[in-house]
Amino acid sequence: MKSFTYERARTPAEAAAAVARTPGAKFLAGGTNLLDLMKLEVETPTYLVDVQDLALDRIENTGEGGLRIGALVSNTALSADMRVRRDYGVLARAIQAGASGQLRNKATTAGNLLQRTRCPYFYDTAMPCNKRAPGSGCAAIGGYSRQLAVIGSSDTCIATYPGDMAQAMRVLDATVETVNARGATRAIPIADFHRLPGDKPERDNVLAHGELITAVTLPPPIGGTHLYRKVRDRASYAFALVSVAAVLQRDGTGRVCFGGVAHKPWRVEAAEAVLPKGARAAAAIAFADARPTEAARFKLSLATRTLAAVIAEGKAG
Amino acid sequence: MKFDTPAGTNPTDRMRVLGKPLDRYEALLKTTGTATYAYEWKDVAPGFAYGYVLGATISKGRILAIDTREAERAPGVVGVVTYRNAGKPGVGKFYVQKMLAAPEVDHYHQPVAVVVADTFEQARAAAALLRVDYARSDGRFDLDAQAATAPVPPQGEFGGPNEKAIGSFGQAFAAAPVKVDQRYVVPDQAHCMMEPHATIARWDGDRVTCWTSIQQMNWGTRDLGLILDIPKENVRLHSPFIGGGFGGKGTVQADLALAAIAARVVGRPVKLALQRPLMFNTTIHRPKTIQHIQLGAERDGRLTAILHDSVSGNLPGGRTEPCVTSTRGLYAGANRLTRTRLATLDLAEGNAMRAPGEAPGLMALEIAMDELAEKLGMDPVQLRIVNDTQVDPEEPSRPFSKRAFVQCLEEGAARFGWRSRKAEPGQVRDGEWLIGMGMAGAIRGGKIAKAGARARLGRDGRVTIETDMTDIGTGSYTVVQQTAAEVMGVAADRIVVKLGDSSFPETPGSGGQQGAPSVAAGTYAACMALRDAVAQRLGFNTAEVEFADGQVRAGNRTASLGDAAVGGEIVVEDTITFEKLAEQFNQQTFAAHFAEVAVNAYTGETRVRRVLSVCAAGRIINPKTARSQVIGGIVMGIGAALTEEMAVDKRFGFFVNHDLAGYEVPVHADVPHLDAIFLDEVDPTISPVKAKGVGELGLTGVAPAIANAIYNATGIRVRDYPLTLDKYLDRLPDIV
Amino acid sequence: MAPVMFGVSRREVLVTGAVSAALSSFPAEAHPAGGEAGPPAMPVSFKVNGTSHALTLDTRTTLLDALREHLHLTGTKKGCDHGQCGACTVIVNGERINACLSLAVQHEGDDVTTVEGLGTPERLHPMQAAFVKHDGYQCGYCTPGQICSAVSVLQEIRRGVPSHVQSDITAAPQPTNIEMRERMSGNICRCGAYSNIAEAMAEVAGERA
Repeated sequence: MKSFTYERARTPAEAAAAVARTPGAKFLAGGTNLLDLMKLEVETPTYLVDVQDLALDRIENTGEGGLRIGALVSNTALSADMRVRRDYGVLARAIQAGASGQLRNKATTAGNLLQRTRCPYFYDTAMPCNKRAPGSGCAAIGGYSRQLAVIGSSDTCIATYPGDMAQAMRVLDATVETVNARGATRAIPIADFHRLPGDKPERDNVLAHGELITAVTLPPPIGGTHLYRKVRDRASYAFALVSVAAVLQRDGTGRVCFGGVAHKPWRVEAAEAVLPKGARAAAAIAFADARPTEAARFKLSLATRTLAAVIAEGKAG
Repeated sequence: MKFDTPAGTNPTDRMRVLGKPLDRYEALLKTTGTATYAYEWKDVAPGFAYGYVLGATISKGRILAIDTREAERAPGVVGVVTYRNAGKPGVGKFYVQKMLAAPEVDHYHQPVAVVVADTFEQARAAAALLRVDYARSDGRFDLDAQAATAPVPPQGEFGGPNEKAIGSFGQAFAAAPVKVDQRYVVPDQAHCMMEPHATIARWDGDRVTCWTSIQQMNWGTRDLGLILDIPKENVRLHSPFIGGGFGGKGTVQADLALAAIAARVVGRPVKLALQRPLMFNTTIHRPKTIQHIQLGAERDGRLTAILHDSVSGNLPGGRTEPCVTSTRGLYAGANRLTRTRLATLDLAEGNAMRAPGEAPGLMALEIAMDELAEKLGMDPVQLRIVNDTQVDPEEPSRPFSKRAFVQCLEEGAARFGWRSRKAEPGQVRDGEWLIGMGMAGAIRGGKIAKAGARARLGRDGRVTIETDMTDIGTGSYTVVQQTAAEVMGVAADRIVVKLGDSSFPETPGSGGQQGAPSVAAGTYAACMALRDAVAQRLGFNTAEVEFADGQVRAGNRTASLGDAAVGGEIVVEDTITFEKLAEQFNQQTFAAHFAEVAVNAYTGETRVRRVLSVCAAGRIINPKTARSQVIGGIVMGIGAALTEEMAVDKRFGFFVNHDLAGYEVPVHADVPHLDAIFLDEVDPTISPVKAKGVGELGLTGVAPAIANAIYNATGIRVRDYPLTLDKYLDRLPDIV
Repeated sequence: MAPVMFGVSRREVLVTGAVSAALSSFPAEAHPAGGEAGPPAMPVSFKVNGTSHALTLDTRTTLLDALREHLHLTGTKKGCDHGQCGACTVIVNGERINACLSLAVQHEGDDVTTVEGLGTPERLHPMQAAFVKHDGYQCGYCTPGQICSAVSVLQEIRRGVPSHVQSDITAAPQPTNIEMRERMSGNICRCGAYSNIAEAMAEVAGERA
């Protein structure tokens, strides 16, 4: 771990300004992913701006009937909030399916959105990795890629977004609110927040350097049955091979988003349109452009079958 | 004490303390965080510095240059140790790996340097400032490519014969009316003990003292002496607490070698731990095996022909994975051919991991038996009963000392409710889940080894036992405590146990499932010598003296035990040695494992619902700790069956998933309530204590029982471990 | 042999661990951190097991290393140092976290409880006593983390924190076997004492119910 200076910011604008004016600076919230990567020198910030004192740890009702979730609300607190459990069950369930109790206590809402990939070649600094060291190549292509992306990948990167929460936020049409050093705010639809790797896999999302997430807002509840199904090799404390976040309505319509398959939560609205026809039809559209490695090809049938399980569960529930 | 005839009645048969489920001797320390592990010793090494290991980033080749200047200038750095200033480290006797690239690089993450600094943070940061210039050369990383051609290696010291033919396998197999002929793959597996390899090393002149985490103390002094090129007498090791080993800390690993070397180079004590992401490629692992099994049987199920051919790979000079060990003794059958072959690979060294040979060997054989049972239309339990043998199948004149395998099978089947299993697979469903039952048999060596102990009787009547045995979670402290209490006729709380000091009398340490019974026998020998010394000191007739209730009695004379030490502590030492009996008798432990699994019909996820293991392993010294050993083995078996695999990148030549997120061992949620029971057995051919080990038996056979249960649930046979859902998803019932 | 697609030559310089620094999207250019004057050190104060401690630490020091190397509270274990095993679990302000993934300087003013603060050999916490009784440990290395987690899990259930295995997530969770197994899954025990740990927890939960 490289040396760094550490400061605590008192306001979001101050935090954003501090990071923006310093190349190599980063925000520090829970730190559960950043410190992990700093120990390996995958991340090498020289200046950490701790945002824990910013008053961004509340969940508030919005005027429109939705919820505004402060960036620093812990995963545990968010998934335990009765409004979330009652009206946005998919979100509570997705969070509970992730990581461990200890990590969920420390991890924040914003930090969870910013989790970096768990691709093993990204983690091993001796390996070529365009995400970690742009231009060095992608060791995962042609390597151990069983966990990696099957769609939306590029010739430079087949990493996946590893989180669970974002899939739920994607089906809920959440909005990510940010502030920058000049105090300007912007609202980024979750659909546009995470990027596909393209030829810039080093960029996971659309945030600018020094742009601070302040909140995630959820639109008013949409009813329906809320489900999150996460398939992994062991029963808990593991990243998804495939996950499905879904809100299903009684008439068979609904919204679904896949995790573990792409560089971002994978939701295809055209696929949702055929949900009443069943999982095979919907998955065929959602994964029409899939480009899996041989080792990850199983994820296509796994995604279809997991969606089928979710639809069946929705009907039963 | 020489042990060369089966034990008669002796003080251990009183079973007042032996056989009782005592809480662990060290319970209060471990549960309160006050047990001291290697990295945690305070005040033993004043002025120590922290070491941090840099691993090679190529898999095969040579270091051309190491630029250490920037690291040496970094804050707090005391020194940088590389092959240029380390001297040429030697190689120990058990592992062939070299602890430092010097300058040849033999495998990925082989240590290249140790950076020593005042703080951990400084050492870690400076390690990243080293610039290493490598010349890369071609390596061999693909076992499959050599599987057909790998030769039978010269006979080694461990693991039995590499090739053994009995009768005429080829003819018998050709003639057999019912056959199984399949290939099975067990991947590279990692020990993943929770405590990383860690050492504090301190030199005093030409002598080195290390607080470390090592299973076999006297192998440690021997091997560290060889590595450092100093007499083993100049090496002192302390390992009173060891945070798990499973074979991965058998003898000297890189932490111990490099801490000692670095401390010598920088002139200060050094403490270092291998960082977790380094452990998988730096240290040893269980090597992948590709196993070919052919079984030929009569229609009544009796085996007539057994072939088991296993190939594994290793660094040059490394040993084979002895996968055929169990096959040589588990079932009857007149015509047998077993063979282990060895390929050369430039991956980290393959070596002992819990039940080496037996665990991966039975992962293959016990699926093959399930396949045979199905072909015969026979119950898998019955097939195993039909093929039981009370004599060594390779040497019929040699009986098993005890072989309650059939009782394990029958007791297990009855308790598990095996009769409710549907023989035809895919018949039982519970909602989304396909339910199946599977079972497997198990055999694991029961032979034990020479072990010494020192016994001290203090004036207060307390007896202190000192041996170089280690407790890696196995219960050794408690086993010694109970044995000593029984033989001396005192309550368990009158016994003090000191382990894990290389200056204490030698034992085989923790390994090969022989630690507990060996050290119990050594403790018995020392305590019997102490009884003689006590009787003499008291002037009692040694022939009729009795030790019970803290008293010593002979005729109508009685003294309290402590009275014997009034004139000063009594100290005796003895070593038990073994001859002949292990040759006359085939000494083994046996088990039958039963598993019920649920496989999700949609997603293929497998959940183990219950497991029962029935074991026959001689006298059980402590049923509580022994049961924990067995259920712990079951947990490792669940991992072997379902998730554990070190994935090889055959281009770069390394294990890719080299951390605890990538290499998935079972977590709480994977493990249901587990049952383990022991048959009532004593084995007087083993030792005066009549006990055998159970630590490896608990693992051996568990994974194939689960694999067979998955087959019973789904009708899909997977012969390639681990049974991850991607291997059978498309063969599950179509549900869309 | 190295695949040609990465342009790896037979003679090459691999800058270990520094590749990402040199090539990262945020070049690590001269922020006045560290250097030869020594790494930045900062004062931090927090309470551990009821005792206040004021330390001056390298900013890189984790809470785990502050406990183990500076306060010599070695009950909290380092198993992986990457949040992948749970051996370092401690309770901070009433919630369990992985001490390895937290900088000490993040904990100014915090209240930390480690296994040493739950009970002592002379005076065991009920959970420690239940671990002894049910043999919920073998090598002992993951044990302090398991115990800190187990104590926290029962509190989390009482507080109504839901879990992945609840069928109705709006309901109050119950201390069932499956609930405890799911919630304990962040604490790996390679010796495999899980079944015994579940029994120890059930006993403590039952006594409190």
